[in-house]
Amino acid sequence: MQKTLKKYFIIFVIPTLLAFAIAFIIPFIMGVYLSFAKFTNVTNPTWVGLDNYIKLFTINNDFIKALWFTVKFTLVSVVTVNVIAFIFAKLLTRGIRGTNLFRTVFFMPNLIGGIVLGYIWQILINGILLNFGVTLTFDAKYGFWGLIFLMNWQMIGYMMVIYIAGLQNIPGELLEAASMDGASSWQMLRKVTLPLIASSITICTFLTLSNSFKLFDQNLALTGGAPQRQTTMLALDIYDTFYGRTGYQGVGQAKAVIFFVIVGLIAFIQLRISRSREVEG
Amino acid sequence: MKERNTVVRKKTKLADIIIFVLLFMMSLLFLVPIFVVLLNSFKGKFYISKAPFALPTSETFAGLDNYVNGIIKSGFTKAMGYSFFITVASVIVIILLTSMTAWYITRRKSKITSTLYYVFVFSMIVPFQMVMFSTVKIANMLHIDNPVGIIILYLGFGSGLAIFIFSGFVKAIPIEIEEAAMIDGCNPLQTFYQVVFPILRPTAITVAILQTMWVWNDYLLPALVIGNKYKTIPVAVQGVLTGSYGDRNMGSLMAMLVLAIVPIVIFYLIGQKSIIKGVISGAVKG
Repeated sequence: MQKTLKKYFIIFVIPTLLAFAIAFIIPFIMGVYLSFAKFTNVTNPTWVGLDNYIKLFTINNDFIKALWFTVKFTLVSVVTVNVIAFIFAKLLTRGIRGTNLFRTVFFMPNLIGGIVLGYIWQILINGILLNFGVTLTFDAKYGFWGLIFLMNWQMIGYMMVIYIAGLQNIPGELLEAASMDGASSWQMLRKVTLPLIASSITICTFLTLSNSFKLFDQNLALTGGAPQRQTTMLALDIYDTFYGRTGYQGVGQAKAVIFFVIVGLIAFIQLRISRSREVEG
Repeated sequence: MKERNTVVRKKTKLADIIIFVLLFMMSLLFLVPIFVVLLNSFKGKFYISKAPFALPTSETFAGLDNYVNGIIKSGFTKAMGYSFFITVASVIVIILLTSMTAWYITRRKSKITSTLYYVFVFSMIVPFQMVMFSTVKIANMLHIDNPVGIIILYLGFGSGLAIFIFSGFVKAIPIEIEEAAMIDGCNPLQTFYQVVFPILRPTAITVAILQTMWVWNDYLLPALVIGNKYKTIPVAVQGVLTGSYGDRNMGSLMAMLVLAIVPIVIFYLIGQKSIIKGVISGAVKG
């Protein structure tokens, strides 16, 4: 079989690999190189060493501000999305009438794209703020909490279905036994349920973490970074650096490399955690 | 003892009713955003920002004006056409080609195939901004910056997740079936499409759902690569208020938002079970 397969590399692998090289491999390698260069197009880079990485911190503090805003946003949304999603999942695994309908409704926003979501919430939040005589872009705190609400609306249903799947895998006898032994519902939650859905918790935490950290479309559509770039998240800041004014593409690429390293680190930590759990289990 | 049981049952029954009411109110809250957009799509453009939660009155009711403006005058139907074409074509190409690649690099044991596997998986964690600038410039240079060419880019970006999921399932197929087919005279291509692919069908559906949701909603890639000439739905929606599409008309925006949501809701209601299943297995794998 190995021998026959050998001849078929061209048919089976080359078409995908070619597209993959055009879309990803070549741009990735170029991206790393370009972060050390000054350029306006991929055809005219000149090597400038670490210049872009130094400039990124010295020209202005846009990047640091965006990083801080992103971290704050990510922390709040990871906690709120997961706590609410878990509560919903718990309530929807009791066999209450209408469970399927509720699940359908809660999950639906997840399918709507970020740009459309952003505009829906822009209208909604501006409508509420109208009563106080301000708009969404009046103060950064409105943009921040607007993004949190949007993110919760979008992600809760998604995380909820993962938690539901986890909860349904817990053997009923275990909970019964615990309850016969006189465990309170709080004890059962802490000592039985939560440890048994630990892998769901890991998956959901990291999914919300990386989705929040990489958020772009929703940020662009909801506030576009206004007022005064105060609600700009990392991905939008990188985009603005690339396409905002010419001459700063190198700095934009350097920001993108740092962004990639952080995201890669998050993924690596997740891999380590789930690996160690598999070994234990 | 009997008495106690009924007390407990009554208690849980009451709790269930309270939870039902709570969940019912929550689901209404979840539907409010969509309802508000729908409501405003029938109001005159000047009344939308003024009182977004008010029901249309005889004064503010605009009938189908927004839909006429938003769709016919600004050519939103074209955007829908591009979105449909790019999504369907990309997903078909991704499914057919990446399943082949995944099977090949799982079955053929060599340094090249295992390296390829890791590079494909690695691409999943790289954020788009990292390759954004170079990919767009390369697409321009290769003249694939059109609705057909962009399929190549979607195949490239989609291959990481697709190959990762397909490979996981190929490993679970007993190799003896394939060997038997080959001994019977099938070449690898016949073996793959007649024996392996039918077994992979449920996985293919999962991959197709995940990729459809991604390509249909994707904004940045089509905006940067083909956005000047060919606007997909997200690109058109984003362009309304910023002025690069249509006429900065809040009314048209509402109509477009409604029309952008409708296909998704239909898609969701038809395939709800497999969509939720697909999303869960995609999440657990990724």
